[in-house]
Amino acid sequence: MEILVCVTRVPDTAENEIEVDSSGQDIQRDDLVYSVNEWDNYAVEEAIQIVDRVGGSVTVISLGDEDAEEVVRREMAMGANNGILLSDEAFEGSDGRATASILKAAVQKGNYDMILTGAQADGGAGQVGGMLAAMLDYPYASLVNSIEVGDGKTLKVGREIEGGNQEMNEIEMPCVLSIQTGINEPRYVGIRGIRKVASVDIPVMGASELGLAADSVGSAGAVVKRLDYFVPEMGEGAEMLEGSTEEIVDKLIELLKAKGGIK
Amino acid sequence: MAGKVFAYIVHNNGVADDSALELVSAAKKIEDTAPIAIVTGSGAGLDAVCNEAAASFAEVWKFDADALAYPNAEIIRPLLIKALPENAVLLLPHNTFGMDLGPGLSIKLNVPFISDVVAFEGLEGSLLKAVRQEYSGQVSTHVQADIGSGAVINVRGGSFVADESKSAGGQVVDKSGEIGDIIARRRFLEVVAAEVGDVDITKEDVLVSIGRGIEDQDNIEIAHELAEAMGAAVSCSRPIVDAKWLEKSRQVGTSGQTVKPKVYLALGISGSFQHMGGIKGNPFIIAVNKNPKAPIFQVADVGVVGDILELIPELADKVKGS
Repeated sequence: MEILVCVTRVPDTAENEIEVDSSGQDIQRDDLVYSVNEWDNYAVEEAIQIVDRVGGSVTVISLGDEDAEEVVRREMAMGANNGILLSDEAFEGSDGRATASILKAAVQKGNYDMILTGAQADGGAGQVGGMLAAMLDYPYASLVNSIEVGDGKTLKVGREIEGGNQEMNEIEMPCVLSIQTGINEPRYVGIRGIRKVASVDIPVMGASELGLAADSVGSAGAVVKRLDYFVPEMGEGAEMLEGSTEEIVDKLIELLKAKGGIK
Repeated sequence: MAGKVFAYIVHNNGVADDSALELVSAAKKIEDTAPIAIVTGSGAGLDAVCNEAAASFAEVWKFDADALAYPNAEIIRPLLIKALPENAVLLLPHNTFGMDLGPGLSIKLNVPFISDVVAFEGLEGSLLKAVRQEYSGQVSTHVQADIGSGAVINVRGGSFVADESKSAGGQVVDKSGEIGDIIARRRFLEVVAAEVGDVDITKEDVLVSIGRGIEDQDNIEIAHELAEAMGAAVSCSRPIVDAKWLEKSRQVGTSGQTVKPKVYLALGISGSFQHMGGIKGNPFIIAVNKNPKAPIFQVADVGVVGDILELIPELADKVKGS
C-alpha cells in the first residue's frame, strides 16, 4: 500500500491568541507557536499503522516555505518513509483550489493507492481533500474515523456523521480520504526521533518541476480572495469577572446558586 | 447579477433539517427571491419533505430513486453536475454531508467554493462578499468571489435565522427522469449508532464541561469532584474524547450529543461552532479559559480569564462548604 499524506504547518490555535495585525491583511505572526496541523498528525499516524499491518510505504508531503520542512521531518520521525516539500514563491497566497492543484501535480509524479489529508486546517474550510479528489477523478470520503483494508482494491471506511453516529462505506482505490481527529492515538515524537531524521534528504519541488504555470497557483490563481481579517463586533459578549481567585469563586457560587447550578 | 440560487435540503424520516429554512434566508441575502430546493431521496418520506418545502421555495426539484435513499455525496455530486443549469449558485449546509459534497462539486462545475460562510455582505455585479472565520473562530475574514458563472457555497448552521414566512408558494417538480445511471465508487453500507454511555448528559440540568484546558487525564478527577459537589454531570468537548479521557457519550457538539441544560459551565473549552452547535435551549453559560480571545467568551453570559486547574479545586471546596 503506497500512501501519501498531505500535511501543513499552522499556528497552534490551542497555544496562541490570534490577533489581526495593524494592516488588517494578516494575523500577527510574531511569537506564534507553530506546529503540524492537528488533523494531519492523525492522518500520518493512520498511514503508518496501515503500512505496519499490510506493508508499503508512507510519504509525507507539505506545501509551504522552508519552515514547512520542519513538519515534514517531524512526521518522518513518527515513522513516515519519505518526505517531499512543495515550495515556490509562486505558491504563496494559494487558496484551497490552487493548493489542491499543486498537490494534484505532485500526486501524479508518484503512484499512490491512498491519499490522506486532515479534515481541515487553520482556515477551517475543509476543502482541499475533496477538491484534490475531484481533480484526480478519485472517489472521496471526508471526516474519516476508521479505515479497514479490504481485498486490496477497496477499503471499508467509517465517516463521522452527526450525533456521534458513524457512516460505513466501501470505497475503491485509489482514493482520497480526509481524516478526522480521534481516529487513533498519534505517537509521541521525542528529540531522539527528530535527530534520527535530521539529515535525511527532503526533495523540494517548485512550479516548474511540477509543470505548473506560475499564474495558475498562488495569489494569482486564487478564485476566492481574502480581503481582510477583522474581529467582529459581537453583541454584549460575556460579563468578565475579575479579581482574586477567591473573589471570583465567591461570585461564581453566587451566580450558580441564583441560576440553579448548585443543587 | 448571479444565476439562479439553489439550496440542497438535508432530511431525515420525512422531516427537513433545520438548515433548510436557514438556507432560504441565506439565499435571500444573495438575490432577494426564494431559492429553488433540491431534494433527493426515495419514497413517502421524500414526498413529505418536498410538499413541506414547497411553501418556502420558489420551486422544489425532486429526485426520487431507490439508490438515493441514503444521501451519498459520491452519487449526488454527478447527479447535480447533470441537473444544475449553467451559472447555478448552490447553497449547502456546512455539515458532514455538505463537507463531503461541496469542495469536489465546485471543481467539477469549475466554479468558486466558499466554505463555512457565516454571513453575506452583498453582491456587487457578480462579486459576492462573504464572512468566514479562521483560526478556530479567533478571527474573521471577508472573502470575495466572482459567482457570475455559478458557485458552491457551504453555509454554517445557525448563522442565518430560519425563514418562516412560508410565502413562496412553489411547485414540486419531479426531476427523477434526469437521474440517469448511478455509478459510485463509494458505496454506503450502514450507519453504526453511537454507543450509549453510563450518563445521559442530554437529560442533565447542570453540566460541568471540560475541554483541552484540563491538560492531563489525571486532572479529569477534579472535574468529577466539582460536578458531584454541585449535583451536576461531567461533559466535555471533542479533544477530551479524541484523547480517550472520557467516553464519546459525554461529548457535547454536532458530532456528539445535543444538550439542553439550564446551566453550562465551560471549563477550558474554546467554543468552536461545532461544540456550540450541540448546546440548545439558551442555558446560562459560565466560561473559564486562559485565552482571552477564545470564541466561547462571545457566547457566554459570564467569563473568567484564568487557569481552570487552579479554579476548579477552589470552586469545588467552596461548593462543598456552602
